[in-house]
Amino acid sequence: MKERGQVYLIAYLTLVRKEITRFLRIWPQTILPPAVTMTLYFIIFGQLMGPRIGAMDGLPYMSYIAPGIIMMSVITNSYANVVSSFFSAKFQKHIEELLVSPMPNSLILAGYVTGGIGRGLMVGLVVTCVALLFTDLRVHEPAVVVLVVTLTATLFSLGGFINAIYARKFDDISIVPTFVLTPLTYLGGVFYSIDLLPQFWQRVSLGNPILYMVNAFRYGMLGVTDIPIDRALLIITGFILALTLLSLHLLRRGTGLRS
Amino acid sequence: MKALEITDLHKTYANGFVALKGIDLAVEEGEFFALLGPNGAGKSTTIGIIASLVKKSAGKVRVFGIDCDLDHAAAKALIGLVPQEINFSQFETPFQIVTNQGGFYGLPRRLAEERAETYLRQLGIWDKHDQPARNLSGGMKRRLMIARALVHEPRLLILDEPTAGVDIELRRSMWEFIRGINARGTTIILTTHYLEEAEALCRRIAIINHGRIIEDSTMRSLLARLHMETFVLDLFDPLDEPPDLSPYATRLVDPHTLEVDVSREQDVNGLFVRLSERGIRVMSLRNKANRLEELFMHLLGERLPQEEAA
Repeated sequence: MKERGQVYLIAYLTLVRKEITRFLRIWPQTILPPAVTMTLYFIIFGQLMGPRIGAMDGLPYMSYIAPGIIMMSVITNSYANVVSSFFSAKFQKHIEELLVSPMPNSLILAGYVTGGIGRGLMVGLVVTCVALLFTDLRVHEPAVVVLVVTLTATLFSLGGFINAIYARKFDDISIVPTFVLTPLTYLGGVFYSIDLLPQFWQRVSLGNPILYMVNAFRYGMLGVTDIPIDRALLIITGFILALTLLSLHLLRRGTGLRS
Repeated sequence: MKALEITDLHKTYANGFVALKGIDLAVEEGEFFALLGPNGAGKSTTIGIIASLVKKSAGKVRVFGIDCDLDHAAAKALIGLVPQEINFSQFETPFQIVTNQGGFYGLPRRLAEERAETYLRQLGIWDKHDQPARNLSGGMKRRLMIARALVHEPRLLILDEPTAGVDIELRRSMWEFIRGINARGTTIILTTHYLEEAEALCRRIAIINHGRIIEDSTMRSLLARLHMETFVLDLFDPLDEPPDLSPYATRLVDPHTLEVDVSREQDVNGLFVRLSERGIRVMSLRNKANRLEELFMHLLGERLPQEEAA
């Protein structure tokens, strides 16, 4: 094999293109629903209930929840993209197209994760546009916003990938999002500051990784956070590293892929 | 040069099933090679290991001299696989499927698209190139998988039951296409349940049973070992009882159909002399079973008691 680096680059870009084409082809299932759902959140929690709740961390409630809602859509969509795409590829057996090719495991992982990041960011952008219809959004630190949203999408794409590797039937790809991801997201400070919680539950909340992502993103957007930003970035990066190593280990072992 | 060299290949699945018990196989470059065996014999496991879809338990696999343990990516770049089961996305178009596969092997997009068009045209499915693959007929899906396997122009093409469920007319046109690929220098390994297909296409043959190679020789030498052939004769005039055509053994299937056994030591000319002497007019003549099929059954039958004893 000559010019192996070039071969790998083309293979990676092909997989990314395939993944992006996939979620764009089915945009009514992938891009539209989060826009509709998040619009409802803004109407109900922001416009109807927000004025009664009052200020949160010195900000109007609508402004306070907007970053969390954007982040929630990024988390759920980056996860959903990889878990459904990779599991479908396993289920329909077209994952074999990649397994027989010279692509190394790391590139297969990178291709799927990039697809997940792509959908997470695209949905995040759409939800941001929806948020702008309801409130003024100012960006306090653009670099932090871009960094946190990208790292979060990466982390949950990896989570979706691992879920898909272990999944044997379609039920298995909905269990984690329903019973783990959704509760953690709702309890991750999307709608409230953890300062409102009793001391005990504040400590419990600190064990929720999503809290760090939501707060880091909120800091980038609004300049307010319950968590020190450097600690949040460190924790997110640590999780990404751990899940990347686990994914590569599972691919090398062939778990769920090679008998 | 050997296109494929397998040494002492073993495979035991997680559930304890021993699929391969030490296989040795060598396929020369440019050969058209048949790997035959009954269901569960170990054919697909062997192919799966070569194509890296199945992990081996022990042994060596070399593709054009490249040790798969040392540089699997380089070995995989030389192989094209047409699997037994349909394994492409039903929602993508044939053009996307073949072009993307080219990309996975490192072909620049434009070249992959050119090749995709070439092979989809050659295999007669260009008309459907922009329709979702789920809309293709069974035969078209099989041809799509051949186009996909060829897009990176592999030096070794492995076809695992490529014509399963395909009607005879299409099967024959696929044979012609595959023959052409082989004539241009591509080494081909074929597994099939249609033994006539193996006989028509392949020059060498290996038979695998219970995870072991029980036969590995040229098609010619294998067929030469066939002791007996049975011919079916359609008669013009009805007969009431089997005629005496000694030394040929006969059986009357119905008044117009006669079966005659011809051994290796006998010739078919002699049979026609005996038929003429009896005034029996023959409308047509055919083999009762495919020659390779008879031999295949004979070999499997021969080995079975040994395997059961083991």
